[in-house]
Amino acid sequence: MPDLHLDGRPLSVAPGTTVAAALALGGDGSTRTSVSGQRRAPLCGMGICQECRVTVDGLRRLACQTLCRDGMQVETRP
Amino acid sequence: MSEQADLLIIGAGPAGLCAALAAAGDGMQVVLLDDNPLPGGQIWRDGAGAKVPAQARRLRDAVDNHASIQRHAATRVVARAGSHALLVEDAERGWVIAYRKLILCTGARELLLPFPGWTLPGVTGAGGLQALIKGGLPVAGERTVIAGSGSLLLASASTAKQAGAQVLRVAEQASTGAVAAFALQLPRWPHKLLQSFGLLDGGYRPGTRIVAALGQDRLEGVRLRRDGKLEELACERLACGFGLIPNVQLGQALGCALGNGAIKVDAWQATDVAGIYAAGECTGFGGSELALVEGRIAGHAAAGNREAARQLWATRARWQRFADALNKHFALDPALKHLAQPDTLLCRCEDVPYGAVATHGSWREAKLATRCGMGACQGRVCAAAAHHLFGWQPPAPRPPFSPARIDTLIRLEEALQSE
Repeated sequence: MPDLHLDGRPLSVAPGTTVAAALALGGDGSTRTSVSGQRRAPLCGMGICQECRVTVDGLRRLACQTLCRDGMQVETRP
Repeated sequence: MSEQADLLIIGAGPAGLCAALAAAGDGMQVVLLDDNPLPGGQIWRDGAGAKVPAQARRLRDAVDNHASIQRHAATRVVARAGSHALLVEDAERGWVIAYRKLILCTGARELLLPFPGWTLPGVTGAGGLQALIKGGLPVAGERTVIAGSGSLLLASASTAKQAGAQVLRVAEQASTGAVAAFALQLPRWPHKLLQSFGLLDGGYRPGTRIVAALGQDRLEGVRLRRDGKLEELACERLACGFGLIPNVQLGQALGCALGNGAIKVDAWQATDVAGIYAAGECTGFGGSELALVEGRIAGHAAAGNREAARQLWATRARWQRFADALNKHFALDPALKHLAQPDTLLCRCEDVPYGAVATHGSWREAKLATRCGMGACQGRVCAAAAHHLFGWQPPAPRPPFSPARIDTLIRLEEALQSE
């Protein structure tokens, strides 16, 4: 069971869970704030649309193509 | 660091897995890449909420146990790095892979069209919802509407139901007549017939299209139109997709000719660029059975085993006829070109409204004036939508083909200097 932090909050998920799914399990599922200030969530689910980009351990990653790992720090803001 | 391959395959879905096994069986040293963390492509996507069929597991295990196949997961192609080399990147590093032969199995993505409210959290693609559920997205008890067009709507509904979602409607834009005509074709493909019966259910409504997604900060409901009548349903999720479009960007960047929006191939699955082959959905929508056989043909042909490739032509022809029937009956209603309102965002990366783009005469002109297509997705969503809405030709992609780290791009300079 990977244990990770989403915007500072701890969460345990099942193995094979994507960061996109974890954000919905541990919060409202949103991933980023658009250039005009709207909150957005994953759209295509397959690495095309870039709506699900988040910061994972300091690097920009696509939440839908990233599997949760122990100790991961995921940030969705600003 | 760089890597050498007799054969490099881009995409580890059904076509890529089969191509790798065929070519490795013929004695080639194969490198297989995919940008997802697990192999299987979209149809066999694995994850916390997925049940992968036995056939897919067998193929995957055979690839991973084959001494001549090296598989790299979560790895993207960033740029060309010479005449027979690509720059790639994973979560940790960037490197160059040089190849003698290349097979593109880059698959397809969904056609996503703008409509009022489509940027609200809670709205996804149809295949998008399916992929997210397989990755562990919780949907149990959620009221869900699925809309758009094509067989993917039924597949998505089936996955959502199995995960405990309450599927209120499957709104198919094609008419009842068109759907019935397609269903009549199905007995010619017994396996597909069984699959379809498993998917059909009471909430399926042909001749119904999405009008708007409703809500303030997230999805609260949808408005649908059927026979001129509007219907509103409260729901937590809307999954909306309008069929599939081939991922041709990499092929285009390597100079491969396109036809009907897909990578053009001959009977050997060879493109018009020497040494480059293509198989599966990037050569036109056909489903996984067609992709499997195309992958095998491409693998054998790339290895020079023409006899083995030729023996598979009849199987390919059979599944191609099924694909042709599917594509004919689910043609998109021209009314779908008028879903967006002037203030509906067309480009979701740069937040450019439909009204600002529609006044221009070409993609390039709109892009220069409004920044549409200049965000992180590089127009993969909005240029495809603009192609459908306005008939504008999508631009030839320029490297980097996806957002990449500077460390990776520095490798490109090194590779080009050493060439």
